[in-house]
Amino acid sequence: MSKKLLLEKAHVEGIRYYDVYRREGGYRSVEKALKTMGPEAIVEEVKKSGLRGRGGAGFPAGMKWSFIAKPEGVPRHLVCNADESEPGTFKDRYLMEFIPHLLIEGLIVSSFALGSNDTYIYIRGEYAWIVDILEQAIEEAKQNGFLGKNILGTGFDCNIHVQRGAGAYICGEETALIESLEGKRGNPRIKPPFPAVQGLWMRPTVVNNVETLAAVVPIINMGGEEYAKIGVGRSTGTKLISACGNINKPGVYEIDMTISVEEFIYSDEYCGGIPNGKKLKACIPGGSSVPILPANLLLKTAKGKTRYMNYESLGDGGFATGTMMGSGGFIVLDEDQCVVRHTLSLARFYRHESCGQCSPCREGTGWMEKILKNIEYGHGKLSDIDLLWDIQRKIEGNTICPLGDAAAWPVAAAIRHFRDEFEWHVLHPEEAQK
Amino acid sequence: MKFNEEQLTEFNRLVARYPEGKQKSALLPVLHLAQDSFGGWLSAEAMDYVAELLQLNPIEVYEVATFYSMYNLKPVGKYMFEVCQTGPCMLNGSDDIIAYIGEKLGIKPGETTSDGLFTLKTVECLGACGYAPMMQMGKTYREHLTKAKVDAIIEDCRKNATIHN
Ligand SMILES: NC(=O)C1=CN([C@@H]2O[C@H](COP(=O)(O)OP(=O)(O)OC[C@H]3O[C@@H](n4cnc5c(N)ncnc54)[C@H](O)[C@@H]3O)[C@@H](O)[C@H]2O)C=CC1
Ligand SMILES: Cc1cc2nc3c(=O)[nH]c(=O)nc-3n(C[C@H](O)[C@H](O)[C@H](O)COP(=O)(O)O)c2cc1C
Ligand code: SF4
Ligand code: FES
Repeated sequence: MSKKLLLEKAHVEGIRYYDVYRREGGYRSVEKALKTMGPEAIVEEVKKSGLRGRGGAGFPAGMKWSFIAKPEGVPRHLVCNADESEPGTFKDRYLMEFIPHLLIEGLIVSSFALGSNDTYIYIRGEYAWIVDILEQAIEEAKQNGFLGKNILGTGFDCNIHVQRGAGAYICGEETALIESLEGKRGNPRIKPPFPAVQGLWMRPTVVNNVETLAAVVPIINMGGEEYAKIGVGRSTGTKLISACGNINKPGVYEIDMTISVEEFIYSDEYCGGIPNGKKLKACIPGGSSVPILPANLLLKTAKGKTRYMNYESLGDGGFATGTMMGSGGFIVLDEDQCVVRHTLSLARFYRHESCGQCSPCREGTGWMEKILKNIEYGHGKLSDIDLLWDIQRKIEGNTICPLGDAAAWPVAAAIRHFRDEFEWHVLHPEEAQK
Repeated sequence: MKFNEEQLTEFNRLVARYPEGKQKSALLPVLHLAQDSFGGWLSAEAMDYVAELLQLNPIEVYEVATFYSMYNLKPVGKYMFEVCQTGPCMLNGSDDIIAYIGEKLGIKPGETTSDGLFTLKTVECLGACGYAPMMQMGKTYREHLTKAKVDAIIEDCRKNATIHN
């Protein structure tokens, strides 16, 4: 049984409500942090913990916090990224739905550390019922003196506001999110300046993922050093993985990052294997934008070593033979699934979600979808496969935000590892049309 | 076209979350409120009203309303079935569910039934990939869809519609 730091109490009856959450030890980290630690000490603990951003990029949270600019007289803000729209990813939803006070607790401590008196949760618009859950948790925290004015008599004021998005994947990108929070279209800004210097209303802003901010609670409770002992290498602590696709037990699992990919897929504690005794064909382990791997490279690295569920091991081999941890959206394909069809579905997604600011992304995503459609439905040529390869290369690295890369990588990886399937579609047009 | 008292209270609560002079930040939530208040879609008149309330140029509202997929710029049915069609849902049979709903209601994705009761829409990943196939219906999600479940949902909607009409 792997150690649980976030979801340990998620199944306690009534944990959604303050009284039960508090009885189970909730809000201790706020008392400890606000009464016995200063903001710098909190940042120091988070640094020591080695916690990396759980939104996908894996940037060290403590380091980001220490970068926040502190110009005299300018308010600073913490923004929680709850936009969660990466296909395959539904872990933040789970956390907010079942144990909302954990996020609120983490937000209070983090707001104190960063000096944010007005903290915003930006949540995807479709999670409408979770807005109600969060607002109720906030109200309860306020009534019990953990939010509002002069929290626990320390002189610290903090309010948390929940803002709903309105359907746009790009608003998960932190600068697009900030634009959206300012009431505009979600067009990403050019970085740098990073939000830590110029963010919401041009004020210094830290944007962190839901899971990152929730993890601050166990870090404060147990201390950064203890937290860092869990896991392996630079993959410290626990990680939420949302597992889906062709597996027996889809759902959200908290893992310590020492288990192997094979154990995660086949053990009854996690995914429980593939339905109907089918074989594993391929997997996208970190959300739709990370490279797909065929079964052999997924379970073992190119050098024949066991692959583990952590940042380093999943990345072993680079893009040639490895993939990424990403957001932890684990998508499994069984032997009957068609990689071309799946790639087409993702290509359509990225075309739909491109904000249209940069021409390589705006034009390239549409073009890739069209070619993939032709191939999938038996109207493709062999040269189309090379053309696809070419287009994705021209998008990658040539855009304002990484959505361009995110659209390019799945296509590249699918061709790299499953070229024979693309060729089969071209060479067997009649069967492909079925 | 105006918010009633209750809606105005909600409007004021939304605007109060942001610092002085930053009321534009309330635009997305206020557009949600307008859509919910004025029949499930945003007419030009509704958008102009929002612009006036927030002291914005109408164009600032139009460009936002057209960017985000949850704002309806045309009237929609009383019940909107927004079925996810992205990869992970597809692996679990979303294509069949979309086809089945279409057949049953006699409409294609993007269309509304002639009685104005149902709109079918295909959408991209809604963060329910582990509970596929799924659809959004108003403020709720319907997950682990099967044909039988779809039948029951449609029947339920029809029943509710007759009670309330
Ligand atoms: N969870 C989800 O639903 C999704 C997650 N993603 C993930 O997002 C990732 C890309 O995100 P980005 O924010 O573009 O990555 P990034 O590497 O530019 O930034 C990561 C974080 O570190 C901060 N940062 C980096 N360098 C900094 C510096 N010098 N000073 C201050 N702050 C600094 C950024 O502000 C940001 O908060 C992808 O790897 C992908 O896995 C993508 C789509 C959806
Ligand atoms: C297209 C795109 C979409 C993104 N969507 C999300 C998202 O839904 N949730 C999230 O936390 N981060 C998302 N990110 C990453 C954010 O830009 C940012 O790195 C993250 O919120 C920082 O938080 P963290 O350091 O705690 O991970 C996205 C990035 C890109 C490029
Ligand atoms: S890469 Fe795509 S989504 Fe990102 S800013 Fe450019 S056009 Fe917009
Ligand atoms: S792919 Fe359908 S909800 Fe994520």
